Amino acid sequence: MTVDSIRADLLAKKTSAEEIAREALKFAEAENPKTNAYLTFAPDRALAAARSVDEKIAAGEDPGPLAGVPIAIKDVILTRGLRTTCASRMLETYIPPYDATAVIRIEQAGGVIIGKTNCDEFAMGSSNENSAFGPVRNPVALDRVPGGSSGGSAAVIAQGTAVLALGSDTGGSIRQPASFCGVTGVTPTYGRVSRYGLTAFASSLDHIGPLSRTVRDSARLLQVMAGRDEMDSTSAFAPVPDYVSALDGNIKGMKIGIPKEFFEGLATDTGDVIQKAIDTLRKLGCEIREIRLPHTAYAVGCYYIICTAEASSNLARYDGVRYTRRSDAAGTLQEMYRQTRDEGFGAECKRRIMLGTYVLSSGYYDAYYLKAQKVRALVARDYAQAFEQVDVIVGPVSPIPAFKLGEKVNDPTSMYLSDIYTVTGDLAGIPCMSVPAGKTPDGLPVGLQVIANHFNESPMFRVADAFERA
Amino acid sequence: MAELANLALTEEEIVSMTQDMDGILSHIDKLSELDTTNVEPMSQVLYDADETATLRADIERRPLGNADALANAPVAGQGYFKVPRVIEK
Repeated sequence: MTVDSIRADLLAKKTSAEEIAREALKFAEAENPKTNAYLTFAPDRALAAARSVDEKIAAGEDPGPLAGVPIAIKDVILTRGLRTTCASRMLETYIPPYDATAVIRIEQAGGVIIGKTNCDEFAMGSSNENSAFGPVRNPVALDRVPGGSSGGSAAVIAQGTAVLALGSDTGGSIRQPASFCGVTGVTPTYGRVSRYGLTAFASSLDHIGPLSRTVRDSARLLQVMAGRDEMDSTSAFAPVPDYVSALDGNIKGMKIGIPKEFFEGLATDTGDVIQKAIDTLRKLGCEIREIRLPHTAYAVGCYYIICTAEASSNLARYDGVRYTRRSDAAGTLQEMYRQTRDEGFGAECKRRIMLGTYVLSSGYYDAYYLKAQKVRALVARDYAQAFEQVDVIVGPVSPIPAFKLGEKVNDPTSMYLSDIYTVTGDLAGIPCMSVPAGKTPDGLPVGLQVIANHFNESPMFRVADAFERA
Repeated sequence: MAELANLALTEEEIVSMTQDMDGILSHIDKLSELDTTNVEPMSQVLYDADETATLRADIERRPLGNADALANAPVAGQGYFKVPRVIEK
């Protein structure tokens, strides 16, 4: 099932949105024990949305571009009246009083939200093992991680228990799980999709983006969500082009850059798949050029200063006063804050809050935070210079394929370093995506990363779509 | 540092966290290799827009409302969030 096939079936009266929603919920609930990808199902909301689509069709009205499509939402994105936990004990019972703008636009377009997906706590992690409600298992190999932080959203697409999913990406949290699970995942230009209602992790780096089985489906979902929203002052005014009409399969003559730095430290089995993908693009008529992104080696250090600094500030709001749990052990107000946060946050959140507090502390600000902001400018300049020579850039998403559950839990630095090829895109704020490129000899999926300049989602989608067809 | 961050960490947590932080900080130290003397810091991704473009029209809007705002509070009463006593009698 795709977005377009569902719409066609509905308009031809072959089925109803309510029937699709009932089937999707039944299948998702039955399959969920295998992967733990869903944290909450939303049958009432889904059936109400589906019935409204059916009513529109019966009345001869346009039911919208996402009519009847079963959609899963990462549990860091707020849904009014539907529990939103951020995969944290802190928000275990939190019922948001409003919807994220992306959620409102999806439902206005006829989309049917069937549930909320598991993820790393507050979107911090690369393996989905930091969830307070247990890890997600990779549907392709159940003893392996699905990647993170949007592991649940990638897993439901790979499992076929949703047609579309929303993820969030701060340092690779959409693209890396998409690569690990063999699905498509898109991080749009920073500001392309409103962040209103996305729980803030690192505000200058946070993005909402789609996951799907096909490139076309992701383009359809981005189309619906993109565009200025006055509830997010960082959302961009730039006009939104028609993404889908550009997908004609013809990429002849496009200039594609291959960054030399993205092939240093790459596992052989992953590298072989990426080399084959580059050969395919060459056969499709693209001009392949080697380029340089010289500051790549500094990007992970730069990223972990900026994201932890912003996180330590953003997570200060979880204090046991307004909408979180509160520790029973508390005596004074100060003790209440500390006990609540100690009980509510998992180890990774605490680690990042501590690191962020450290790099922002008096005397260290210039050496860490200010330095990182300057290095961020250099990373962004690398891309700006590269896009003077090429239309898009391609390379790997992750240096390794999906690893085994528990394999890296005790080595956070090595886990952080595996974000090397994804953090640069977030730092620069440019659109990037992962499209399935093949499998390693062990049968593990490998994603090809396609990167474009600010607001150039169209050429990015065109290359990914043509590659997917080839 | 834990006090600054409002976290009550156990001795055990402090030991393992110190190790983890040392690991990532020694990687971060690599940044000092770069000469950034004349580089403008980048705090945000910026695009061209009119200076007042992000300002909305000055029209009154219905706020969240007292009941909705308090709905998730761990302890509330008489229209307020309740916290442990701050000022002694």
